[in-house]
Amino acid sequence: MTGFPILSLITFLPLAGVLALALLQGEDAAIAARARQIALVTSLITLALGLYLWSAFDPSIAGYQFNETAPWLAGSSIAYRMGVDGISLFLILLTLFLTPIAILASASITTRVRGFFSALLLLETMTVGMFSATDFVLFYIFFEAVLLPMYLIIGVWGGERRIFAAVKFFLFTLAGSLFMLLALVWMWRNAGSTDIVTLLHTPIPPNVQIWLFIAFLASFGVKAAVWPLHTWLPDAYGEAPLPGTIMLAAVLSKMGAYGFIRFAVPMLPNAAAQAEPLMFTLGVVAVIYISLVALAQTDMKRLIAYSSVAHMGVIIIGIFTFTVEGIEGALFQMLSHGIVIAGLFVCTGVLLARGEGLTLSRLGGLAVKMPAYAALFMLFALANMGLPGTSGFIGEILVIVGALKVNFWVSLLGATGMILGAAYMLVLLRAVLFDKNTRPELANITDLKFGEYAMLLPLAALTLWLGIYPSSFTHVFDAPVSALVQAHVAALTPHTALAMVTK
Amino acid sequence: MTPALIPALLLGLGGMCLLLIGVLTKKDSFTFVSLAAIVLLLTAAFASLTAPDGTLFNGLLKTTLFTRYADSLVYLGAAAALLLSLDFNKRENIARFEYPILVVFAVLGMITMISANDLMSLYVGFELQSLALYITAAIARDSLRSTEAGLKYFVLGALASGLLIYGISLVYGFAGTTNFVSLATILTGAPGYGTIIGVVFVLVGLAFKISAAPFHMWTPDVYEGAPTPVTALFGTAPKAAAMALFLSVMLGPFGHLTAQWQLIIEILSAISMALGALAAIGQSNIKRLLAYSSIGHMGYALMGLAAGTQAGLQGTLIYLALYVVMSFGAFACVIAMRRAGQAVETIADLAGLAAQRPALALAFAILMWAMAGIPPLSGFFGKLYVFSAALNAGLTTLAIIGVVTSVIGAFYYLRIIKVMYFDTGAPNFDATPNSVRFVMLAGAFVTAAFVLLPGPLVSAADAAAKALMG
Repeated sequence: MTGFPILSLITFLPLAGVLALALLQGEDAAIAARARQIALVTSLITLALGLYLWSAFDPSIAGYQFNETAPWLAGSSIAYRMGVDGISLFLILLTLFLTPIAILASASITTRVRGFFSALLLLETMTVGMFSATDFVLFYIFFEAVLLPMYLIIGVWGGERRIFAAVKFFLFTLAGSLFMLLALVWMWRNAGSTDIVTLLHTPIPPNVQIWLFIAFLASFGVKAAVWPLHTWLPDAYGEAPLPGTIMLAAVLSKMGAYGFIRFAVPMLPNAAAQAEPLMFTLGVVAVIYISLVALAQTDMKRLIAYSSVAHMGVIIIGIFTFTVEGIEGALFQMLSHGIVIAGLFVCTGVLLARGEGLTLSRLGGLAVKMPAYAALFMLFALANMGLPGTSGFIGEILVIVGALKVNFWVSLLGATGMILGAAYMLVLLRAVLFDKNTRPELANITDLKFGEYAMLLPLAALTLWLGIYPSSFTHVFDAPVSALVQAHVAALTPHTALAMVTK
Repeated sequence: MTPALIPALLLGLGGMCLLLIGVLTKKDSFTFVSLAAIVLLLTAAFASLTAPDGTLFNGLLKTTLFTRYADSLVYLGAAAALLLSLDFNKRENIARFEYPILVVFAVLGMITMISANDLMSLYVGFELQSLALYITAAIARDSLRSTEAGLKYFVLGALASGLLIYGISLVYGFAGTTNFVSLATILTGAPGYGTIIGVVFVLVGLAFKISAAPFHMWTPDVYEGAPTPVTALFGTAPKAAAMALFLSVMLGPFGHLTAQWQLIIEILSAISMALGALAAIGQSNIKRLLAYSSIGHMGYALMGLAAGTQAGLQGTLIYLALYVVMSFGAFACVIAMRRAGQAVETIADLAGLAAQRPALALAFAILMWAMAGIPPLSGFFGKLYVFSAALNAGLTTLAIIGVVTSVIGAFYYLRIIKVMYFDTGAPNFDATPNSVRFVMLAGAFVTAAFVLLPGPLVSAADAAAKALMG
């Protein structure tokens, strides 16, 4: 399709917002207020375009839609290629949806406001661009460029140990990515092109696949915070300002998992199959060990951060089952986790806005004073532990079913994550909402305000929508995921592929 | 008169005219001579771009797409450096009209050595640019550091020239000719030890000039001691010229000896990258840091030469062009660091810059990120091309070393950004003069916007590489 370049428009529209921010003039306070409005309006227009994209999307096609191609690096096969399929559509929408929420959640940002919103909009451009790129080099550029605004967001507007967290985040991810760059160059030479579709159809010798897979694991594993490459995550989540944490946890952590689904699994089928036990182990360890670590946390933000690592374990298990259920479960879990974790972090922000700390022992009894807050917080907590009727349940059950087809023990151990998840989330709920706390400051705490409802209610509505009527999302996954699984099976068993061709 | 000679004639005659003007006018003529020199350089650049291919003086000099590409970089770097010196030299009381004239003669030397098609013309051009540059390093003759830098540069540069001429004499003795074309036909197959030793001496002499480790010792001291606009010049034009010479010598007359020199280049590249990354970490002076950073960058640029392929050459040329732009932009930022009329040079002086001077901080941050090779900034594309050339030539280890040193290098570039954006402080820098601001913003803008339009440079480098490799 060579129509209107809607993907490029969605990707680069936030840059127009950045330009508008740069041109603002006047008093500092006036600039701050205007900057907030401009950022919000830009992100909402982008979201509206994204919703149009969804409505025009044809879920029966497995390949890319809304393709755009433009020449870019002369004399080489690298070009500007954009496209969207059922796998990336909802990740783009998730980004578009969470950016306005993050902008609403940035009331606490009072210094260098213009710079902050520029960084946030830049982040939106980079993330959407990464999910829509169908050229490997273009993907890599967006993938790495995400680091620049995020480094500044953590380092300038973060908490006490922000500098350490920002540098650690940057260097960890950079180290991983550069190894992927080498893998990229190898695959570029092998296929003679960096078009993702061409790369998918170019076989790679199995002995090389292992090395490429290690490079991908270094890059995507760090980004997805796969245990034991996750150590940057609690620091970054803990120290980033609230909107930064929301973007990191809800969107950026999905980039790694997306990389596995888009590159590592379909392009390196043999290595992925060989790595299956390793990835299952890493996933199971993440689920169980990190859940236990989460149980031991005394700070609300860090507890939620660790719960996020545990959920990434579930996603990894799902991807490496190579079954339709498992991968759809992983994709669903990515969406669900993005929304739920954003909701939980917004809930911590509500407490911060009232001047409260996040230390669990200094909180308690909020259910009485803040009933609406308690209800919404509980909804997100229950969704995070995977209660039926909420979004978390669908993703986890699909992953467990997928894992059951492959290995009983992985499925069983992965399922313990739901139990442990229930344990730490209930501990959190009890500590924040129900425990008696006699601190006098807590007596005068007020319930949610309009701006906070505006953030939490859409998130809550989506959590329920995903949980109650999941097929509005899963039917978009169906075509690309079944194609991916079929291609994987065919690559591992050549005679089946032959049979499919002759059929 | 052949059109190919016009740029050199313009520079030579123009430089002498400017010298006369400078001597004969009674009042201070620094600004006029500098501006005239910039115009002269740009005119010569235009003349060089429109000159046809061909050889001059019975094959002593040649003009090809390759020499035009390298010449353009030299003109660009020298013009930017002169622009930076306009205000700085006046403030530091070193506004002598000889400075721009020396730069013009250095550029004449550079374009001669780029166009050299004979070991003799190579050496003449090489010496002309070196002698002019030694003086510019010591242009602040009342400053101890500047004179020390000039002397150090002279002594080590003379050593390099000695090595080079010794190597040339050995090659001449064993091959019987100094002409590049004849050498390329004679030096094939398995040459004798004498020739190889000669080649290695030539190589070492050139490695001194591009400050590739382990022949880099003069770089940090000279960069630190020389007045900053002079450092900006050293970081751009002579680097581009010496690297172009390196490429044309290694792939021209010694092009069939790849098996003999490839390993040496690989080692130079690996050591330069490692030293550039590791030694810069401990620096507190921004000029020293940029000196080590330039050593690292030369390592990356050499990676393309180590590949020994046309794609590798293209990669090196792209890297070099992007490096020249990043480099003069970064030095413009350093020149903008003045407080209460005094130049300040430590990284700690930058603390809190982002709050006071957001545009300066952003430009500096963009340039530092680009030097670290973070996409979508231009430095990334240079790395992409040299890494891909190295991997395609089977130099996996070198590419992996490059990746590791990139991560280490990112650490110190990030430190500068950290100091500007995260630390609190009040740098209270003086207002930046327009000429410096122009160079700084132009450098940052090109670096940031390269991603939108990479095509022209990539094709130009491709054509230049084809012209050299045939």
